[in-house]
Amino acid sequence: MASLSKNASSFLLVEIIKGFALTFSYLFRPKVTINYPFERGPLSPRFRGEHALRRYPNGEERCIACKLCEAICPALAITIEAEPRDDGSRRTTRYDIDMTKCIYCGLCQEACPVDAIVEGPNLEFATETRYELYYDKEKLLANGDRWEAQLAANIEADAPYR
Amino acid sequence: MDNILNDPFVVTYVMPVLFIAGKIGLFVGPLIIAMAYLTYAERKVLAAMQMRQGPMVVGPFGLLQPIADGLKLLGKETIIPSGANRGVFVMAPMLTFMLSLVAWAVIPVNAGWVVADINVGVLYLFAISSLGVYGILMAGWASNSRYAFLGGLRSAAQMVSYEVSMGFVIVAVLLTTGSLNLTAIVDAQRPFWVSVLLFPMFIIFVISALAETNRAPFDLPEGESELVGGYNVEYSSMTFALFFLGEYMNMILMSGMTTVLFLGGWHPPFGLEFLGIIPGFIWFAAKVSFVLFVFIWTRATLPRFRYDQLMRLGWKIFLPFTLFWVILISGSLLYKEALPGMANGPAAADQQRVVAPDTANEAVTQQSEAVTADQPVAPDEPAPVEEKE
Repeated sequence: MASLSKNASSFLLVEIIKGFALTFSYLFRPKVTINYPFERGPLSPRFRGEHALRRYPNGEERCIACKLCEAICPALAITIEAEPRDDGSRRTTRYDIDMTKCIYCGLCQEACPVDAIVEGPNLEFATETRYELYYDKEKLLANGDRWEAQLAANIEADAPYR
Repeated sequence: MDNILNDPFVVTYVMPVLFIAGKIGLFVGPLIIAMAYLTYAERKVLAAMQMRQGPMVVGPFGLLQPIADGLKLLGKETIIPSGANRGVFVMAPMLTFMLSLVAWAVIPVNAGWVVADINVGVLYLFAISSLGVYGILMAGWASNSRYAFLGGLRSAAQMVSYEVSMGFVIVAVLLTTGSLNLTAIVDAQRPFWVSVLLFPMFIIFVISALAETNRAPFDLPEGESELVGGYNVEYSSMTFALFFLGEYMNMILMSGMTTVLFLGGWHPPFGLEFLGIIPGFIWFAAKVSFVLFVFIWTRATLPRFRYDQLMRLGWKIFLPFTLFWVILISGSLLYKEALPGMANGPAAADQQRVVAPDTANEAVTQQSEAVTADQPVAPDEPAPVEEKE
């Protein structure tokens, strides 16, 4: 009897019809994908994307050339040279990040005593040449100027957990 | 202008050729568009069933995606492998594409809307769809590639296997309609019990059509996992596009065949005559679209068969079952005296169509006499009997 019902169900394509019903029910379910370049998923305030060097609100750069980030960088991606400026304050003359070496661990951001070097929310900085990924101080400061509003908001949002 | 139009050469040769070319254009144009948008529909339906969005970028809702795809393929380089047989290699996609379009000559999309209303339409369709395997075989052989060769062999074996059961299914349909003319088959009114008897044959026909067009779950000839791309690995650019479009064209053709043989062609469904205010070709298109949706739906649902399972299904299940069912149907028709040419049969209308009007009546009366006299009548050939006498 069991074999009879088994044969009947395979002959009447019972399982296949069940499968068809299942796929048909999925036809009208809401889509789980988003339309990427036009819609984006949420990003955590801790997201570690492209680097940026921030400034104080008066326009003075934050970095004091303590070289903690250079020291902690596990990938040896950061190169810093520094000397006293004319007004006597210590500032970097060179701040390079080799983005091809960087592993986006975020240790530079955590090491920084003045919140100068940060990893921002930008994740679309692919380039056509390798050379463009050797970031210098100018590029990093420009990034900081471009993303400052969001960088400040992210640091603010994450502050209670630090 | 008058002189040219009155010229006998123009009247007897040029005008009919232009007329036929125009008719063919009216068929091929919409078909090409339908084919392009079938690829779009497939991607959208598959995406929806997998909870994705599908093409969304080119045009509103990605509606211009097929055009973008076509332009992309046109702009690519046609690569012919150095070891390939150039002539056959280039011929194969053309043959596949051409054959998929040629078959539409006999498919009626509305009452009288058919390029060639020939009396052996079913035979013609069957012959053309069988020829389709040659394009794939040629491609597999001429590519000089093991993957392509194996894909071609698989395809040939598969199509031959499923054509047998498809033939029996068509025989069953012909038994209930008594004509090889596709218009007559569409017009044939089947009693309800005949429709019920034909339903399993309809299912088998759709499954065989899936196998015949190399669609999932029978897409072994192009099995990506083990054959890379099957018979079209070595093809690129327009040669590939012709294969691709030929495959989709064959899908539409098979759906058209299903519609003509089983779904009542351009007539409104379920005999709802008040729906006749919608033009017939729209009903035809709607039915074809439904069958195509089932094709895509199947692809979203079922995993690919193993090759031995495919062969087992074709030869050990479908072939005996269709054979048995043909006998069952013809037996029931005989019992009900509904075979073509019998009292309740569908032949009377058909005779008037096929035979000249005056002989048709004689043939019909002769048959009814024969039936009443209880003599055995060969159902499909009443006319030759008459000629001998």
